[in-house]
Amino acid sequence: MSNRIQATFAQLHSKGEKALIPYIMAGDPTLAMTESLVLALEQGGADLIELGVPFSDPIADGPVIQQAAERALHSGTTLKNILATVANLRKTTSIPLILMTYYNSLMAMGIKDFCANAVDAGVDGLIVPDLPPEESDFLYHATQAAGGPVSIFLLAPTSTAERRRAVIKRSHGFIYYVSLTGITGAKLTDLSLVRQSVQQLQRASRKPVAVGFGIASAEQAREVGQFADGVIIGSALVRYINEHHSAKTFLTEIQNMAQQWKSVLVPVAAQSSAIHSQKT
Amino acid sequence: MAIIPDKRGRFGQFGGKYAPEILMPAIHELEQEYHAAKKSRPFQQEFLNCLKQFVGRPTSLFFAERLTKTLGGAKIYLKREDLCHTGAHKINNTVGQALLTKRMKKKRVIAETGAGQHGVAVATVAAMFGLEAEIYMGTEDMERQALNVFRMRLLGSKVTGVSSGSRTLKDAISEAMRDWTTNVSTTHYLLGSVLGPHPYPMMVRDFQSVIGRETRKQILALEGRLPHCLVACVGGGSNSIGLFYPFVKDTQVKMVGVEAGGYGIESGKHAARFAGGIPGVLHGTMTYLLQNEDGQVNPTHSVSAGLDYPAVGPEHSYYHDSGRIQYTSATDAEALAAFDLLAKEEGIIPALESAHAVAEVVKLAPTMKKSQILIMNLSGRGDKDVQQLAKMRGIPL
Repeated sequence: MSNRIQATFAQLHSKGEKALIPYIMAGDPTLAMTESLVLALEQGGADLIELGVPFSDPIADGPVIQQAAERALHSGTTLKNILATVANLRKTTSIPLILMTYYNSLMAMGIKDFCANAVDAGVDGLIVPDLPPEESDFLYHATQAAGGPVSIFLLAPTSTAERRRAVIKRSHGFIYYVSLTGITGAKLTDLSLVRQSVQQLQRASRKPVAVGFGIASAEQAREVGQFADGVIIGSALVRYINEHHSAKTFLTEIQNMAQQWKSVLVPVAAQSSAIHSQKT
Repeated sequence: MAIIPDKRGRFGQFGGKYAPEILMPAIHELEQEYHAAKKSRPFQQEFLNCLKQFVGRPTSLFFAERLTKTLGGAKIYLKREDLCHTGAHKINNTVGQALLTKRMKKKRVIAETGAGQHGVAVATVAAMFGLEAEIYMGTEDMERQALNVFRMRLLGSKVTGVSSGSRTLKDAISEAMRDWTTNVSTTHYLLGSVLGPHPYPMMVRDFQSVIGRETRKQILALEGRLPHCLVACVGGGSNSIGLFYPFVKDTQVKMVGVEAGGYGIESGKHAARFAGGIPGVLHGTMTYLLQNEDGQVNPTHSVSAGLDYPAVGPEHSYYHDSGRIQYTSATDAEALAAFDLLAKEEGIIPALESAHAVAEVVKLAPTMKKSQILIMNLSGRGDKDVQQLAKMRGIPL
């Protein structure tokens, strides 16, 4: 199975870097803007990108992502045209793209059809927040048969050892560690506990661990990057996009933001040389 | 017949646990706790005792003599769940889950409510058992059911309006699930219908099955035989499954579930999942769901807030596909006419939800023989709907 996600993490690992994984809601405000955003984020230094598929009833999401989904649905976004957007992006970029979607959207397309279409379009990974490992057999086998996309499961602070094993076994791109007991965009307070859990996970598995939910600042990203293999920035970015997308310099700002976040996820020596090379 | 649900919480292809990882350990704990409680004699005794002393069970099985004569067909009995404390069957389940909450040593319960009947039942048991309660309710429903909002607050519960999405029951459930996700270690989600991830559909069915068990005993005592037909309204489907489940193996007993037909199926503005839905996943369970071709959940409409929900309990989907239960719908207009009929013929003001079942009885009874018995679940009383009706009819109160 071709797997751009694993290759990206391996490459970053060899350079001592951590992955910057921005999340944006596909179609918020439009799919054309989504394409521009993916490219701007990549230019800024994003290593993988998560594309949210809007759903009318997103039970795992906080208000920021809920409202983004409402805007995306309002602009006519569907899973079908998100896949077309990915196919279009694949003409210009090979950055790993991961869809984050609720299960009903996949069922409506048909699980097998979805997998075939996603592979054709160039989707690399799949996160389904309302599909725990015990309900994932059908989708899992369908992705295996279609040769993609790879599945990424979530682990939470509440997950038991038994559940950790199941998630490790089923996750192929990376393991998504949810940094807090709550919904997306909630306030992250206790990073020491996150560090402990992530390190425990890294001892149990060689698969990369990315941390998400509640990481809102470069400072938090830097801290998380010290122990995790990747940092996911969602609600903070989605909020920024909603507030600033009509500004003239918007895409440059987005690129700068990504650059700023990425700068704290590279080794300290590289950080200073990056600053140096910027100056010269 | 196979025991359902199976160990994975499946009713055939329906049901399951489609929940965020954060909730899975709590769902697992609830499942284990419920299985232990189910086998525990003291728990079951306390449950039955509460139903007797606090809820006022058994409720009567009432022969609706005038309605029977007017319709001129089957002999009609009403299972009087409207006589339960708080005015609807909802309290049966809330008593059971409140006892479980105590068993799990949790101090806080959250719940969703549509018509407000479940919310009132939760607020009531929370007060009685000394639990903190927060009830989520769509802001549109809060308007339709202002009286119940006030009632919940009088009972000491916090009522939180939900203004996202369609501002009705489905959005209240989403918000309650988000609260549960955030406060899972201290909080039990006291779900009010046979919906959500396993074990909820099974557990709520079991708590509500007291309705059918009593009915079975009562009709055998009164008539010496089983009924020919059972009728109940189906929102999420807890009052109907509560009545039907103890009769499922009696294959000679016909069962009819009545969904909300809203402005009529052809109008597209309804909540009849079996008329317009296809299988999908919402709120943790796989079941028939009203959705568009892209899998987005469709807005629903019903005059009755308690039936205004785009999905249905997974066990109903199973019985629908197996043919054991027939599903039909009644429009707003039919339910409103039936509401008036029952009030004037029998001196009982039914809940608008239950009025949908009455509407089906009006259609069905005349087609049956006088020797045949029809039992309808009168799931709740209509006091909560009186204000809304006055408003609809332009009558100032």
